[in-house]
Amino acid sequence: MIRINCPFLGLRDQTEFTYEGDATVKYPALDASEDDWFEAVFLRDNPRGKHREYWRHVSGLYFEVERDTLTHEITDVQLAHPGMREAAK
Amino acid sequence: MTGYRLPQGGRINRERSVNFFWDGTRHVGCQGDTVASALMAHGERIVGRGFKYHRPRGIMSAGVEEGGAIVSTGRGPERVTNVKAPMAEIREGLEVFGQNAFPSVRYDLGEVNNLLGRFFSAGFYYKTFFGMLGRGTWEWMQFEKVIRRAAGMGRASDKPDPDHYECVHDHCDVLVIGSGPAGLAAAEAAIAAGMDVILAEQDFKLGGALLTGMAGDTVEGQVADAWLDAKINDLDGKGRIWRRTTAFGLYDHGVVGLLERVTDHLADKNSLPRERLRIVRPGRIVMATGAVERPIAFGGNDRPGVMGAAAAAAYVHRFAVAPARDVIIATNNDSGYRSAEILGRAGLRTILLDARDTAPEAGKAAAEAVGVDVRPGFVPVEAQGSRGVHSLDYGLWDGHNAHSTRRRGIDVVAVSGGWTPVMHLISHKGIKPGWNQELTSFVVEDTGQEPVEIAGAAAGQFDTQAAIEAGAIAGDNAARNLTGKRRRKERGPVTGWDQPIEPVWEVKLQDRKLKSFVDPQHDVTTEDIRQAHREGYISVEHMKRYTTLGMATDQGKMGNIIGLALMAEAAGQSIPETGTTTFRPPYTPISIGAVAADQRGKHWRPTRHTPMRAEHERLGVEFVDAGFWKRSWYYPREGEDMAKAAMREATTVRSGVGVVDVSTLGKIMVQGPDAAEFLNRVYSNPFAKLPVGKARYGLMLRDDGIVFDDGTTWRLSETDFFMTTTTANAGPVMVHLNNLLQTRWTDLKVHFTSVSDHWGGVAVAGPDAREVLKSASPDIDFSNSAFPFMGVRQGHIQAGNQKIPVMAARLSFSGEQAWEIMAPADYCAAMFRTIERHVSEAGGAPYGLEAMDCLRVEKGHVTGRELDGRTTAHDAGLGWMFSEKKPYIGRVLAGREDLVRTDRPQLVGLIPVEDGKTFRAGSILFPEGEAQGHGLGHVSSVADSPTLKSWIGLGLIEGGLSHWGDKTVMARNPVDGVDVRVKVVSPHMYDPDGGRMHG
Repeated sequence: MIRINCPFLGLRDQTEFTYEGDATVKYPALDASEDDWFEAVFLRDNPRGKHREYWRHVSGLYFEVERDTLTHEITDVQLAHPGMREAAK
Repeated sequence: MTGYRLPQGGRINRERSVNFFWDGTRHVGCQGDTVASALMAHGERIVGRGFKYHRPRGIMSAGVEEGGAIVSTGRGPERVTNVKAPMAEIREGLEVFGQNAFPSVRYDLGEVNNLLGRFFSAGFYYKTFFGMLGRGTWEWMQFEKVIRRAAGMGRASDKPDPDHYECVHDHCDVLVIGSGPAGLAAAEAAIAAGMDVILAEQDFKLGGALLTGMAGDTVEGQVADAWLDAKINDLDGKGRIWRRTTAFGLYDHGVVGLLERVTDHLADKNSLPRERLRIVRPGRIVMATGAVERPIAFGGNDRPGVMGAAAAAAYVHRFAVAPARDVIIATNNDSGYRSAEILGRAGLRTILLDARDTAPEAGKAAAEAVGVDVRPGFVPVEAQGSRGVHSLDYGLWDGHNAHSTRRRGIDVVAVSGGWTPVMHLISHKGIKPGWNQELTSFVVEDTGQEPVEIAGAAAGQFDTQAAIEAGAIAGDNAARNLTGKRRRKERGPVTGWDQPIEPVWEVKLQDRKLKSFVDPQHDVTTEDIRQAHREGYISVEHMKRYTTLGMATDQGKMGNIIGLALMAEAAGQSIPETGTTTFRPPYTPISIGAVAADQRGKHWRPTRHTPMRAEHERLGVEFVDAGFWKRSWYYPREGEDMAKAAMREATTVRSGVGVVDVSTLGKIMVQGPDAAEFLNRVYSNPFAKLPVGKARYGLMLRDDGIVFDDGTTWRLSETDFFMTTTTANAGPVMVHLNNLLQTRWTDLKVHFTSVSDHWGGVAVAGPDAREVLKSASPDIDFSNSAFPFMGVRQGHIQAGNQKIPVMAARLSFSGEQAWEIMAPADYCAAMFRTIERHVSEAGGAPYGLEAMDCLRVEKGHVTGRELDGRTTAHDAGLGWMFSEKKPYIGRVLAGREDLVRTDRPQLVGLIPVEDGKTFRAGSILFPEGEAQGHGLGHVSSVADSPTLKSWIGLGLIEGGLSHWGDKTVMARNPVDGVDVRVKVVSPHMYDPDGGRMHG
């Protein structure tokens, strides 16, 4: 049971969130090459240690979380959307 | 002689007798007794049976590590299996049963397995399983049933659990786990530092080693009992004290799972939950979880009458029950002297064997003062007595083997092989302990990043005074951690012993093999460990799985360390080189009921009704489950079954008019200046130029190019779109849109609101739909010119003197002229009532999901049956929805070589060759006469079509229509093997040019 520090609600349980994948993946333009899309959709690193990833709160907000894949230590939590991040400051 | 109640002493209430039943016979115990202590007081010796050999087993411990006295309690649906007798409090009327035995634990026919010991040796399951596999799993499955029956643990009820459970969440600053000397001191110190403290104790009484007597007669200059009572009194009201509450797991970020047993000890449950799952998020945790006394492996050490030395002392000291009049204590460490002292003082004739040549002076003096016969240099060799120990062979210890054995008549052999700190919780977090040679034990030296302090016997501080001091430091350090102060220095392990422990794991004879048990619950012997090593299972983790050591309900709390030591010996290496096994939650078994708590039945699986529910019920609807939804299935009239009703309803739509509830569709408002651009990227077909007042059928792909969802989106204004999704994908589409907006296209100005619950709707379909809606609406012009196909209009439905605001779109799923009318949820019942009345007056009828499915199969419209996560748009005949002029999600990967092959399974219609034949969805399609392998595809949907007067189906077949059009294939039902010849036709089996819906 990991706990994620929401900038609005404070420390919340993992049960309120859903893992939404690797935040380091940069999706290519919609008309990019098949190779670029293939890499973005199918190829993933499996890092040991700090990793940036998306978590979605039940409210619908996406967070970018830095989590240690070994210890589950969470070192950074940001709103995923830069505009919302700015507005939350 | 067997166990009996002592005339005085113990922390029991002799004034309050408690009646309970042991295998149907009434017994009387005292308030404060456990099942184990009460049975022992009655002289019961055989209380369980071993898992494999069905050898008789007695009470072996006084705690959670119990491996012998495993019983069942309760009757019928209240039956609880695998209850550890030393942990179960007796209550008035409690029924206790022996288990894994027939007819009873005292006379068990299964004991014949004991004679087949060679057959059931280590790896029996592995070998049998893998050997059998070669010859066919069927044989194994038959054989397995017999073995499982013979080797059962308790037999649970197959009825629903009548009890209820609850889950509560809690917070505190410091959670102290364990209430022995260290735990009490930790709680006191943390409270003194101003902390909000919870003290959790798995027992029903606080005190730990103070209760069992192992903490000594005096503590900090006071009588131990008085010290304990004073501490409990001090804590009262200052911290929360949770008795009968086991901390079973330590999880990430310091979250602790605890289980409180609320009613098992109560004669009257008083409507309380049986158990309470407590999820606590403490700031800091103090593990004062104590230690478990280890056994020693020697011959017959599983027989009733062999138990832990401290356990024997606990029964005497806490429960005032003597396990027998004549007892031999066998020890390899100083703690055995304390146990012997307690027994001797209670008047038991006690002999103390010490594997060491030199006895500790103080311990020896104290034991001898109460009449204990101390014999240094001796170890137990073999206990005799098939139904309980009646004598013990013991001999001189040379460090490996026993010599010069002699026999002594005796009733109980109480063994201390040293102490194992209880480190399970910290082990749950992957923290590995280090080996401490002085304690001959693993001890956690560093808790790493975990918010955990360890104190007392759990940290190897066995001396009571050292444990109290360590506990106080731990409690204080927990507070200092939370308040940012400098930590105090902790103490290392302190045994308080005069003489070092002598490692004795197993006692062997040079001339003869002994049957010595390591894991009494799973019947794992020392020979099994050696056999596992001989057969190549040299890793501890493999050995554990091969022998099943430590995999019973006690999870190896007593035996694992012996198994490890024997592995080390067999491998010729040290114990720390051999490794440890990792403990995983739960520390002790927890019931599934407690984990589920109130998430059962409708609380786990909510029932969703549309806002038109009452209207459907008024019309006599039958509902069908679709996900959580109750959807209208059909509306039977007098004498109609489902098939007849659906047939009539479908016919009505084709010939007149019908109304169907479509409220379960997902509905999402897509709003903002970039809404059109966003939709244009999400849908495969163009949306940028969709005019206001128009709807469009849209297709969404996943990133990988496979079809994700389809639905219509209505443009209400330049910046407002009303999107509908399939019922099943209402949630996933919302997530998909938010994901794209918040993580990929963060520059787009658009917002999504799920309005699935805020809007409901109906579809009115059929040649008479226009006339019906004309009479129902005062202000929407439903004429073909004013309301063209795919048009969207806003207006009202007239319900009595009320005007219901609605949005209407001319769309068709049925293939008939049809409109979807959406209204705010609160108006939906009135809207349905009104429209249904107009429909019925026009000779039409409401229709349900069954008829709707028939209509769409006739038209070849796809649903989730066809779009099953493997289907591309081309496969589904929707390739025309791919825009060539714009990029969109999934476009690039939809063009992958394998996804554009023309021999992929593609959507076709299927009609039986012979009139009157039917076939089932899920049937496999084969070329005629070639029914083998995976076939060419499958049938996805079927319907009994009243319009086509035939059974029809949709399916996906390799090569599709271009390859199989008008050819005959075989549909084989894989369950009953029945073949039906079907003709492959266009999926658009009815009105292929769509003239009816455009008219």
